[in-house]
Amino acid sequence: MMENMNIAFASGKGGTGKTTIAVNLAYFLACSRQKVQYLDCDVEEPNGHIFLKPTIDESAPAKVLVPVIDQDKCTSCGECSTHCQFNALVTLPGNVLLFPELCHGCGLCIHICPEKAISDGDREIGQIGEGTAVEGIDFIHGILNVGEPMAGPLIREVKHHCKENHVRIIDAPPGTSCPVVKTISDADVVVMVTEPTPFGLHDLKIAVEVAKDLGKPIGVVINRQNGGFPPLDAYLSKNNLPVVMTLPEDREIARHYSMGDILLQAIPSYMDRFMELAVNIGKLSGDTKTQVVK
Amino acid sequence: MMQAKEMVVVSGKGGTGKTSLTGSLSFLFRDKVIADCDVDAANLHMILNLDEVLLTKEFFGGKKARIAPERCTQCGKCRDVCLYDAISGDFVIDPVSCEGCGTCHFLCPVEAIDFDERLAGYCYICSTEDNGRFVFAEMLPGEENSGKLVAMVRNEAREEAKKTGHGLILIDGPPGIGCPVISSLTGTHLALIVTEPTPAGAHDLKRIVELTNHFQIKTAVVVNKSDINASYVGETQRLCKENGILYLGEIPYEPKITEAQKEAKTILDFAPQCVASRAIREIHTKLQSILEEL
Repeated sequence: MMENMNIAFASGKGGTGKTTIAVNLAYFLACSRQKVQYLDCDVEEPNGHIFLKPTIDESAPAKVLVPVIDQDKCTSCGECSTHCQFNALVTLPGNVLLFPELCHGCGLCIHICPEKAISDGDREIGQIGEGTAVEGIDFIHGILNVGEPMAGPLIREVKHHCKENHVRIIDAPPGTSCPVVKTISDADVVVMVTEPTPFGLHDLKIAVEVAKDLGKPIGVVINRQNGGFPPLDAYLSKNNLPVVMTLPEDREIARHYSMGDILLQAIPSYMDRFMELAVNIGKLSGDTKTQVVK
Repeated sequence: MMQAKEMVVVSGKGGTGKTSLTGSLSFLFRDKVIADCDVDAANLHMILNLDEVLLTKEFFGGKKARIAPERCTQCGKCRDVCLYDAISGDFVIDPVSCEGCGTCHFLCPVEAIDFDERLAGYCYICSTEDNGRFVFAEMLPGEENSGKLVAMVRNEAREEAKKTGHGLILIDGPPGIGCPVISSLTGTHLALIVTEPTPAGAHDLKRIVELTNHFQIKTAVVVNKSDINASYVGETQRLCKENGILYLGEIPYEPKITEAQKEAKTILDFAPQCVASRAIREIHTKLQSILEEL
């Protein structure tokens, strides 16, 4: 029923439980005999594999374009460094210096060089791992090389591995800037995982703005619910944001998390909540389709 | 006059307690400038005793390309050179996919593509009730170049330290290991890593330690919520020893930290005698002697 749907998990604030919810929904759907693909786009700190324990069958370096300068042809005219928007090139008398970590791999310098002294090379920024996890979940993640600032191209690369005829569960990085936008840009539904605290709410609001700007249907999961947090309830009702699931503050959940267990394997009684989550997400995507027809 | 020392609090994994700890430490350190470099989701201002906003500065993050349809001849050159698939078949540039490289703008044969700077956020300089200074920023939702905004926050903080003569800049860093984290770390004197005793916490700790080693920054580690799974505490101590970094101690799980947050206070302000507050004071004493030796 959810075939070919992209469900992204975001939060704004880190550590609210994105990965826990994403992993367990993937597990629940796979147990319900759906074809599931899990895409871990939190390439700076990917954690999905800790719980889903995939066997990685294929691992390949992810590369970006980087200019190669032929210093013999270079006349130090400065055209390349003047045009580069990322300050990745510096022209000195006699040669041009490249700072590869600053390069976005756009190729402008290659086109702009009047001497045709620049050609395209490549540079590894991380690894893409692909394999199969529990219950036959198709698993893919990107691991950014340490010291490498640019997560964006690696996130794009992970998403290029989208499989047809699968429900795709996409784990986004924390925050609200470009890596998050790149991750959720083609989601059908964005699930915001929040916690009932002032920090959680503050960052949720920003993340919701990002998803709204992209025109995404949004559902909210309240994790570690412990009594109420009236400002959160007020914000959600004012903005017509549906709560698609709640999970209680439960020391047993924290304990199983700290052992790397899948919650639903450890405490199957939470199965009902994830069924409700799946149903609610289905409704959310349905709603948009009607809106599109209008 | 001596240059102020910079200490940055980072974590790799989100939600381990960076901001709560930074807030508490800012309560204990005298004569400091505080900087919140988590520009995606700034939270520190919510628990500090702020006096007033002294100055607001605009942040321009980078440029975005836009096709002027009245000048466009639909020749297709821009679509050929754009490596980000940002230009649609009917010649509209998707701002989400646009990397801001300017390749299309510079190569368009009829100069039909505008390329203008966009307001991407704000930077605020505030005074605190204890006569310190606090610098933080807000990125507009979904904007790019958070690393550049981090650099702006740090520059402003250094300027304030110069003006006030304060000897310490205390920086609350973002989660992850990518662009904004690298921008928060480079050139600091001490990195304080806050980790949690879970497999995800341990996994991400290794990567952030690799990063601080890569930049040759003196590093110290604190385990927060240490009693969730005591077995990881020993593992963390081993990791510190192997990497020649300082292990400063543990902060036990303290539900009052959330209560304090709801009251817009740090735990030291809210419950000065609880176990977490006592542990933080001990960590502060150790940090003080490390900073004196630097």
